[in-house]
Amino acid sequence: MLDADFFRRWMTATAASVDREAERLTALDSPIGDADHGSNLQRGFTAVAATLEKEAPDTPGAVLTLAGRQLISTVGGASGPLYGTLLRRTGKALGDAGEVGEEQLAEALRAGVEAVMTLGGAAPGDKTMIDTLVPAVDALGTGFAAARTAAEQGALATTPLQARKGRASYLGERSIGHQDPGATSAALLIAALAEAAGE
Amino acid sequence: MKMLINVPETVVADALRGMAAAHPELTVDVENRVIVRRDAPVAGKVALISGGGSGHEPLHGGFVGPGMLSAACPGEVFTSPVPDQMVRAAAAVDSGAGVLFIVKNYTGDVLNFDMAAELAEDEGIQVAKVLVNDDVAVTDSLYTAGRRGTGATLFVEKIAGAAAEEGQPLERVEAIARQVNENSRSFGVALSACTTPAKGSPTFDLPAGELELGVGIHGEPGRERRAMMTSREIADFSVHAILDDMSPRNPVLVLVNGMGATPLLELYGFNAEVQRVLTDRGVAVARTLVGNYVTSLDMAGASVTLCQVDEELLRLWDAPVKTPGLRWGV
Repeated sequence: MLDADFFRRWMTATAASVDREAERLTALDSPIGDADHGSNLQRGFTAVAATLEKEAPDTPGAVLTLAGRQLISTVGGASGPLYGTLLRRTGKALGDAGEVGEEQLAEALRAGVEAVMTLGGAAPGDKTMIDTLVPAVDALGTGFAAARTAAEQGALATTPLQARKGRASYLGERSIGHQDPGATSAALLIAALAEAAGE
Repeated sequence: MKMLINVPETVVADALRGMAAAHPELTVDVENRVIVRRDAPVAGKVALISGGGSGHEPLHGGFVGPGMLSAACPGEVFTSPVPDQMVRAAAAVDSGAGVLFIVKNYTGDVLNFDMAAELAEDEGIQVAKVLVNDDVAVTDSLYTAGRRGTGATLFVEKIAGAAAEEGQPLERVEAIARQVNENSRSFGVALSACTTPAKGSPTFDLPAGELELGVGIHGEPGRERRAMMTSREIADFSVHAILDDMSPRNPVLVLVNGMGATPLLELYGFNAEVQRVLTDRGVAVARTLVGNYVTSLDMAGASVTLCQVDEELLRLWDAPVKTPGLRWGV
């Protein structure tokens, strides 16, 4: 079973990973976005880690809800509301149980991903974070390591796609050949989940 | 890249402190990033709130004041503000007559303002929203994020701001803002890329001797890249791109806008070419504004915005305005 501490480790591991990869995310965002994805997420997850250190919610749902609200309040751009909604809705779907099973987490994460799709209007194949999150959630049924692999492959698979949502969509065909920064950061989030599980 | 800054992390806060010192007629909340006209809330007046990424100055903070915006929410450089800022701004300027959010069509701005509208309504503030999407360079279809909001933002903020200043009700101010947007079209070109403080190097690669046609206000590309053209050729291309999309039957307001690093000498020369194309095409010009109003940091280039006006819109355009970035009739 996964307790609040597991979810705090997940968020802390994400913050550390975003911190390490911020420059790479910004570099990926440079040719097809406006070169701020790394610094924006870094600001947000640093705030999340600091908040969770100060306040220690005692249920998995509360950890994610608080993290999501913090992202919405600090990130801005499209990634603030999108990542914020992902975590908030996942947290809400977990309810106020003190511990949750892996299956429950997979279901809640699916609800979170669906909320992101509704908010941003993106579907698989649009070259967004959805291309990472959908296969990751599908694979979560077979374990955290499988989810991480699926997420990484999903992010890599955005390279040949033409962007249809977000700022990269203005490039049209010229967005082809670049890996999507949002899909890449979403893979970091899922990899951190596997890390929190010790996998 | 040399920049007149301390560290990238404090660029926006430093600018707001400097703005506060230069404009005592504004209340600048540096910590929460909200710029408010000092006499707000004005009794009985609809409040206009806009915002977006920093780096487009004077948009939007420079358009706060009597006759235009009630408040502005600057985000990080090229990043939309967060909902907390808009909610704070709404609480500061709402007199009970409601607030109008003026939102440029970028995914981040739209999402954050949508969230803010919900939160402000929870606090009992009446909120209306208008989306600015004037950029004809973007193919508008179900499969893109839609047309960007660019130069028309200035027309919407000025004209709807004048209507609000007259005491017109929220539904009417919103309708006028929509009318201005629907009658506005823009097209931009970049002669060089811009450099964000966080990255410190150009955000895209634009080789010497080439220009980008149909660029947005973050330097994000539009239609195509070509070998450098003359001012005359760029004016022909830009104005025709707009007129292919809209055939004005009424006179137009013209905005020839600099992207930040193109001097007025060039902008006035470009305006002469823009006016020539309009005359050739039989489009009457009511008023013209030339300058750096909706910028992209240090990007060289310009955009053209046309707004077709009737007598009412023209009267509101001419109404007095007193802001750091736009000021006349007072």
